[in-house]
Amino acid sequence: MSYEPVIGLEIHIELATKSKMFCSCSADYFNKDPNTHVCPVCLGLPGAMPVANELAIKLTHLIGLALNCSLPLSSKFDRKNYFYPDLAKGFQISQYDLPFTQKGSIEISINGQNKNIGITRAHLEEDTGKLLHSKVNDKNVTLIDFNRSGVPLIEIVSEPDIKSSEEAKAYAQKIQQIVRYIGASDADMEKGSMRIEPNVSLRKVSKGQASSVRELPSYKVELKNINSFKFAAAAIEYEIKRQSELLDKGETPAQETRGWNETKNQTVSQRSKEEAHDYRYFPEPDLPPFVFNQDYLLELKKELPDLPDQKLKSFKDLGLSDYDAEILSRSKDLAVYAMGAIKAGEKAGITAKKIANEIINKKPDINNILPAKLVAKIYQSAQTSDLSDDELTKAVEEVLNENPKAVTDFKGGKENAFMFLTGQVMKKLGKKAESSRVRKILIEKLK
Amino acid sequence: MIDLQNLTIKEASNLLSSRKVSAVELTEAYLAKIEKYNPSLNAYLTVNKSGAIEQAEKVDKLFSQKAKLSPLAGIPIAFKDMFSTKGVRTTAASKVLENYIPVYDATVVSKLNGQNVINLGKTNQDAWAHGSSGENSDFGPAKNPYDTNRVPGGSSSGSAVSVSADLALAATGTDTGGSIRLPASFCNLVGLKPTYGRVSRYGIIAMASSLDSVGHFTKTVWDNALILNYSAGFDTNDATTSQSKVENYAEGIEKGIKGLKIGLPKEYLDGLDPETKELVKKAAGFLEKLGAKIIDISLPNTEYGVATYYIIQPSEVSSNLARYDGIRFANPRDKFGAEAKRRIILGTYTLSSGYYDAYYLKAMKVRRLIVKDFTDAFEKVDLILAPTSTGPAFKLGEKVDDPLSMYLADVYTVNINIAGVPSLNIPGGFIDNLPVGIQIIGPNFSEKLIYQTAFAFEQETKFYERTPSI
Repeated sequence: MSYEPVIGLEIHIELATKSKMFCSCSADYFNKDPNTHVCPVCLGLPGAMPVANELAIKLTHLIGLALNCSLPLSSKFDRKNYFYPDLAKGFQISQYDLPFTQKGSIEISINGQNKNIGITRAHLEEDTGKLLHSKVNDKNVTLIDFNRSGVPLIEIVSEPDIKSSEEAKAYAQKIQQIVRYIGASDADMEKGSMRIEPNVSLRKVSKGQASSVRELPSYKVELKNINSFKFAAAAIEYEIKRQSELLDKGETPAQETRGWNETKNQTVSQRSKEEAHDYRYFPEPDLPPFVFNQDYLLELKKELPDLPDQKLKSFKDLGLSDYDAEILSRSKDLAVYAMGAIKAGEKAGITAKKIANEIINKKPDINNILPAKLVAKIYQSAQTSDLSDDELTKAVEEVLNENPKAVTDFKGGKENAFMFLTGQVMKKLGKKAESSRVRKILIEKLK
Repeated sequence: MIDLQNLTIKEASNLLSSRKVSAVELTEAYLAKIEKYNPSLNAYLTVNKSGAIEQAEKVDKLFSQKAKLSPLAGIPIAFKDMFSTKGVRTTAASKVLENYIPVYDATVVSKLNGQNVINLGKTNQDAWAHGSSGENSDFGPAKNPYDTNRVPGGSSSGSAVSVSADLALAATGTDTGGSIRLPASFCNLVGLKPTYGRVSRYGIIAMASSLDSVGHFTKTVWDNALILNYSAGFDTNDATTSQSKVENYAEGIEKGIKGLKIGLPKEYLDGLDPETKELVKKAAGFLEKLGAKIIDISLPNTEYGVATYYIIQPSEVSSNLARYDGIRFANPRDKFGAEAKRRIILGTYTLSSGYYDAYYLKAMKVRRLIVKDFTDAFEKVDLILAPTSTGPAFKLGEKVDDPLSMYLADVYTVNINIAGVPSLNIPGGFIDNLPVGIQIIGPNFSEKLIYQTAFAFEQETKFYERTPSI
């Protein structure tokens, strides 16, 4: 029996705002002493109330625009009620039926083949605290660090349009790239500022059935605890294999949450459907609903920087290969740098291809070498390499004839005379020449 | 020796600023009365003795330096135990928070502290503000000073008792469904439920966030208006506070009510206890005599108020109480009392998937209709006059075993919270020597007009002058 994987991704990304989502504590919690970035609000103390971080909402809107989502004019926060020790208030402030952005899509590319992946929604919520399992006075204890509690978190939910681990990886990397381009987050999987949760199920494929009318499978397996693209791909591969074996036996895989165990290289059951939460969502009464106006949304569009696809296209328009364009547009910083260098190169008559080669092969330190300087360097070496050995030899011979005294001095042991002769050759050439080549020919002729 | 009994804030403020009485003397007089009467009245859960004296000493020093101080400087007041007070135990009258000491002040507490009020202590209440009699307190009920066999009304029971028995010059409260107005009615006090969003809720233990209003009790209307001058206003820590301008509510309070149109809603009078109805009609007569025009009006969705309230309120309660898990602070959850558990179960049910549409969503739709009732009414009239309670204070234990009849004690107050509009209870007279209040309801942010009307009524009737003998 053959099956078609049906995969959707939930991606959580922490936004790089200065303060937390609903209080003024610093959101920069990574590697800080436990419970040092806390206040009554993010600790959920009695009476404390949330106030929404406007920058986080703006970044969510920008990400939504970048994902080609629509931005509804009215939106609100809701309470998602559940109990867990790392959840200070006993509920998470999230968004239920009116997210800030919804219904978009992005294009991924695999081996030159493009494919659209639908985005269901991108909504804003707050992160939870962190549990630390450790030992105090020889007793096993669980400690809670609330530094992460209340850090703004965007959840991007894809449509179940993904058909392979390769596509899932490409999609997640594209999301990471876009978010980084906007400067909304470092989206670092290892630090946990980006987290991927794939939903995987399989459907039977029968001949002659149009893919678009196929129904979704009756079950769904949610994969958690994944902290790299590699593991995401491995976990999906593992699930496809596990589920198809079950289906081959005539069994339906259980609807459940499974975690990725990186030492065993397999997914492990964590929670079954029977234990699924009823989150009892209702509108957050402490935060009035939002009404945005068209002008604000139009202004936002102007603020949206060039995105990876646009940069890629501009590099291709300059005649660069798909390969070169892809590498140069991987990060916004590199893309901006390369474009700057190409513009500067144009004036000096250096081709885009030549500059792309220099950047891709020699990997200059783009934080310290200005694009103009890089172009000057390329120009220099271009000039010198144009010089033929014949031209050089000719110049050396002329200089030796014109300066008999210096030649005598050199032969008499005066090192300075050699320096003088080198200088004279360079002067005669009128352009920069590689001094090593000049010296080499001079020594030959002086023998 | 100056008589320090039964002062108003206005009188006490004059004594302090003319330095006939020091803040320490005044504070000590109140602390002495608290020591004497609190064991029988149970108004205070925590007396802030040393803290109060310390604050009073500071105020006296400021007076001696001829500092320019507000009329509230040196005025001894009490805070309902829902208000977070830095360093002073705050229990919400629940055993869950029996030992909880806040690390921060509620916005209203710091605003009033900024005016140099004296914090006498924290007052008794129904635990988590769940109740209409004060009997749901985990630390025993407060008693009505007019008859200690009767309830003072709740949930802000101790606050009402403290002012009524002259154990404080004013006290703060919270009003989610009548928790300020009902005890004010039972204790012959002026009690304000301001417009939703007029006074910050930050730092006040949340009961039902979309309904909670933060107000206060005083003996007189002028005193009440004065406090709102300092407690009201936009707060960057409470996103639901309004940016609309805070008026000087005491200024021009004597303006009078000539030509004012005051509505009398028939739904609040049909079926009302005859004696209370008589009292309300009499009140209307006084207002008419003062120059107002009384107009019969209708608030057609009134009958759905209590049902709507008992969906929305427990839903929010169930979520707001979730943080009391005993992990970061406070006692474990088994310390919750029966009423809190009842509301957690009710609210969890009404928000559950499959029931949400039938209960919560439906209640929110009815809420819009009730809001519209008031909006429509205020097209025709400037203010509305209504009873606050079905009658005078009931007896301790009378309703405690019947939650539904206890819930119905709020029948005349909950709709005002559902609509979010302001309402002020003022003394309306006496039935069998027990005080009964009336309420003046206005459109959003009409507190100034309400105070002017209440002041005119008060000057005409002087019901506040009749104090309990304790």
